[in-house]
Amino acid sequence: MNLLNIISKIEELDVEAADKYSFYSRRNLIKFGQKALTAAAVPTLFAATANQAFAQAGPSQAAVDVLNFALTLEYLEDEYYRLALNTANLIPAADRTVIAQISKHEVAHVVLLRGALGAAAVAKPTFKFGDSFSTYQKFLGLAQALEDTGVRAYKGQAGSLINDKSILQVALQIHSVEARHAAQIRRMNGAKGWIGTAGNAPAAVYAGEEATMQATIDLVALTGKSAAAVAEAFDEPLTKAQVLAIAGTYIA
Amino acid sequence: MNNPEKQPGLTTLPGGLEPVAVGRRLFLRYSGAFVAGSALLAACKNEENPITVSPSPTMVDLGSGDIGILNYAYALEQLEAAFYTQVMTTPYGGMSDAERTILTDIRDHEIIHREFFKAAIPAANRIADLTPNFSAINFADRTSVLNTAKTFEDLGVSAYNGAGNLLKDVNLLLLAGKIVSVEARHAAVIRDLLNPKSADFAGDDVVTPANGLDVVRKPVQVLPAAQPFVRNTISGANLPTV
Repeated sequence: MNLLNIISKIEELDVEAADKYSFYSRRNLIKFGQKALTAAAVPTLFAATANQAFAQAGPSQAAVDVLNFALTLEYLEDEYYRLALNTANLIPAADRTVIAQISKHEVAHVVLLRGALGAAAVAKPTFKFGDSFSTYQKFLGLAQALEDTGVRAYKGQAGSLINDKSILQVALQIHSVEARHAAQIRRMNGAKGWIGTAGNAPAAVYAGEEATMQATIDLVALTGKSAAAVAEAFDEPLTKAQVLAIAGTYIA
Repeated sequence: MNNPEKQPGLTTLPGGLEPVAVGRRLFLRYSGAFVAGSALLAACKNEENPITVSPSPTMVDLGSGDIGILNYAYALEQLEAAFYTQVMTTPYGGMSDAERTILTDIRDHEIIHREFFKAAIPAANRIADLTPNFSAINFADRTSVLNTAKTFEDLGVSAYNGAGNLLKDVNLLLLAGKIVSVEARHAAVIRDLLNPKSADFAGDDVVTPANGLDVVRKPVQVLPAAQPFVRNTISGANLPTV
């Protein structure tokens, strides 16, 4: 199923405002919590964050759209790591701590976003990962693509949240976690932790990352540093359409 | 002239400038090796002479609005760039080739960030070049260097995360977003150098396990953490808070 269809279906949902903005509820958390997440494990900090983010008059429609877009990506990442951790002989013992830590965060992001969206939350799509779990190298390759795409996706939506200040902050706090994940996965995959000008494949995931101009300033000319260093120093955004084209490959 | 003692919590500057919201003790402590402090105290003793000394060049007011936030980022980037420049000028013993490559890359990224802000902020509104104070760092010691790097990178990530919703201009928000994820990449790599293949690259000390959110700090929290590494007194008193 095409991701764009899912998103547009959410937008067509005619839900009662009260339900739509029921936000975080303990019942939602228990219902959708995975793995070891239980009501007792949900600290008040989480509750405070979610409630704070969606207090006042409720999020704008633009913010709801962004959150559902984000939720779809988090579903994708969450499922990817969970399946990988449950695949025998895929992840070397020495790397399991790292993968489990990433998986833990993706679970938490799904719970956070679902709790925030309440009844407006998009349903989890059915994913297909092809032969990505056939070798560890293939697993790392797609993990890198998903993490770098995730960083670019959140970055591309920040501007849409500029009038939803609390949600913007939460989105930025997820964004930097995805970047931490990306750097770690990239290095385990034999790449540098940052995105330069070489070896950026698949092309759709890295389109535009080679940029060396920022705010009309030519940073190679200004600093005398290499184009690779300049490209590494700034991560670039992707539009929602670009991200959905990438993610759609993995939607059954 | 005004007696600073009558204005607890504020330090009045000569030349009719607005008071800056730094504690008097803190101001004196960081006022350029007591030079400015001595000048102020001397001036206070002489009721007859009008104050003619210009504001101490060591005082830095980040300013207000979006420009203030840009100066805030510029200050942090100056600090990081100076740190990694020193790291690679006097590399610690036993620095591996892989570490040398990583730390050189990060140095270059931070210099590029610094130069970007320097070029992007109008000269009339831009803060001065800061003088770092790295006296607490042992650049000959790997652990001291990498732990300081970790502190700076995590602080930078949290600072940008907290500054995003203080910006009014959507284009500046995007630019901040382009930089913060690179700082987060730095943080993860430095953390992995300190504790390889552990969960520390995105450890529970910075990413809250229950919600998967990275640390966020507002300027009022970041500046006191950065101040010990800078000889200039930095004031964020006029920065936006919402």
